[in-house]
Amino acid sequence: MKYVDEFRDPNAVHVLSREIHRITRHPWTIMEVCGGQTHSIVRYGLDRLLPPAITLIHGPGCPVCVTPIELIDAACQLASLPEVIFCSFGDMLRVPGSHEDLLRVKAQGGDIRIIYSPLDAVGIAQSNPQSQIICFAVGFETTAPAQAMAVLQARRLHLSNFSLLVAHVLVPPAMKAILSSPENRVQGFLAAGHVCSVMGYEMYEPICLRYRVPIVVTGFEPVDILEGVQLVIAQLEEGRHKVDNQYARSVHRSGNLEARKVVDEVFESASRNWRGIGEIPESGLQLRQTFAEFDALRTFQDRIHLSSPANDLESECQSGRILQGIMQPSACSAFGTRCTPDHPLGAPMVSSEGACAAYYRYRHHEVGPGEQ
Amino acid sequence: MTPKPNIDIHCPLSLSADDTIRMAHGGGGRLMQQLIHEIFLEAFSNSYLNALQDSAVLPTLDGRLAMTTDSYVVHPLFFPGGDIGSLAIHGTVNDLAMMGAIPLYVSAGFILEEGLSVDTLKHVVSSMANSAQACGVQIVCGDTKVVDRGKGDQIFINTTGLGIISPSCHIGPHHITPGDRIIVSGDVGRHGMAVLSVREGLTFSGDLASDSAPLHELVAELIEKGVSVHCLRDLTRGGLASALNELTTTAGVSMAINESHIPVSESVRGACEILGLDPLYVANEGRCVLFLPSGDVEKALSILKSHAISEHAAEIGEVLPLVSNHTPQVILQTSYKTHRVLDLLSGEQLPRIC
Repeated sequence: MKYVDEFRDPNAVHVLSREIHRITRHPWTIMEVCGGQTHSIVRYGLDRLLPPAITLIHGPGCPVCVTPIELIDAACQLASLPEVIFCSFGDMLRVPGSHEDLLRVKAQGGDIRIIYSPLDAVGIAQSNPQSQIICFAVGFETTAPAQAMAVLQARRLHLSNFSLLVAHVLVPPAMKAILSSPENRVQGFLAAGHVCSVMGYEMYEPICLRYRVPIVVTGFEPVDILEGVQLVIAQLEEGRHKVDNQYARSVHRSGNLEARKVVDEVFESASRNWRGIGEIPESGLQLRQTFAEFDALRTFQDRIHLSSPANDLESECQSGRILQGIMQPSACSAFGTRCTPDHPLGAPMVSSEGACAAYYRYRHHEVGPGEQ
Repeated sequence: MTPKPNIDIHCPLSLSADDTIRMAHGGGGRLMQQLIHEIFLEAFSNSYLNALQDSAVLPTLDGRLAMTTDSYVVHPLFFPGGDIGSLAIHGTVNDLAMMGAIPLYVSAGFILEEGLSVDTLKHVVSSMANSAQACGVQIVCGDTKVVDRGKGDQIFINTTGLGIISPSCHIGPHHITPGDRIIVSGDVGRHGMAVLSVREGLTFSGDLASDSAPLHELVAELIEKGVSVHCLRDLTRGGLASALNELTTTAGVSMAINESHIPVSESVRGACEILGLDPLYVANEGRCVLFLPSGDVEKALSILKSHAISEHAAEIGEVLPLVSNHTPQVILQTSYKTHRVLDLLSGEQLPRIC
């Protein structure tokens, strides 16, 4: 497959692995920010191609995982309303709220549709004028432009039956929060390539300077990830800390200016509660006042009860520590016992980008090949 | 293939193609009789069915009987590479073939939704009849029920299949032996991605058509030419990964699979890549895995590759003895010589966010 196979080439992977072994002199801990990168690493066993001195820890870049429980609860309530068609990306459906998940609401009769693009939800709004269409706007900077486009399109079409339940989050504030934590172990980052393809990487430059960490914008394929790791280690060994761009085939320093413009037109930054982590200032997006009529929480404020934020911090689920790289999934006492994909305690066990899901799916019950 | 194949249907058209199925078509009266005669008997005609008795009375068979049942609820009814009618026959035939049985007879129960167009029903029944004829099986008994509009999804089909197994044939999970080699009969993931792409209105480049096909002739030839087949399993829901996991548990063994040897077409890879799905878990309807001794691999592959439906057959791994106190598992060797577990999924795969 063009544009993919060359970045999965086993020879290139082994050359990079050897090069990383050659240049590594000291132990280093590197965080990959994006859950998509985590899955590539665990799925292909890329961490096992690295010297033992290198520890990869998994970051907060799983939008499904960090969506606060009160918004999942709001989603479940909205999706239960008889006049509502609730549109969501597929992997939000299994995420547990306080009492139920969207799949359960669907089984009880809620009209929930899996969409592949927010513009699909606008189409559904056009063809169902008697219904209220709510699109669950989840994701990092990567998916925000498409949600913003959907709002602009709905306004252009004069649709009064379309709104967003906005749960967007932003990566740089989360990286700063991790680096500021007294428990921080991260010495270098693989930044999320898709996020940077929209936003660019200018905003990481002050983070490198302030926290003295190298940040390498990195793709998602095995060759990308190992090249990203190599670039981070090279900086660490040489005592440098700047932004490198491994994912230059998709990412420019300023990102996608058109996409950024659309996001800026529709959304503004706001404080956001991160599931298991707590509130991070200016780490989310909300609709600007000029687009308030597309805010589902405002439209349906009298129909749902919004639970108070951060009530999940008491939960047995250690997702907050996992998402900040303080704990590895397999170190959690509930992993694979009280918490499984069939009975998840938290979102990282069911999200397709969740670190716990990756460990469960690819390494659970593992008997080393040598033992076989 | 176009979604609705243009099939010549020889019916006395007193039941007009413009008609729709009504509750009365399942009510036991004249309309039901008309439906049975003009659509089902017309298409499936054979002496056992035409007798219109409460049971089909079949001749004595010499050998062990294999019996299977399955239900078909695919949406949409027509998809590139097949439809619910051909799928019902292929699925039933394949379940019998996986035990080494020669498929002979099939029953067909139809649950029709009020409002279904007669034209659609005729296309499905005709396709089912053509597939049955091509597979050499007879539809010997049937049933029709009509449910209120909104309580079904146009057509559901339930089948039972009956076949005969020769005395010398012993195929099944319990015959899987450590050291056995594992062959997959063709590239995986076509059916699931073809149906998904039509259902969701997704347009992918390339020829994304279902692999729906009968496998019984292939199996018969392998057995006839002396390949010592220990076990067969058709890859349906849950795909290759789920089939291998089920078999490790039933047989009490582990398996080592080489990921880079598993054939996946470019179009399936591309579509899966975009949606974040793993082709190893995507449904197939004309593929199977075979377990056989290493000495028979070459012969089996040469037979498989001589058939169009299995020309991409490949050896993908081997059966390992179970390590004491460990759960049976499927271990996948990646292209990078690293290993991971190929596990059962909790539910169905859901397309990811980004």
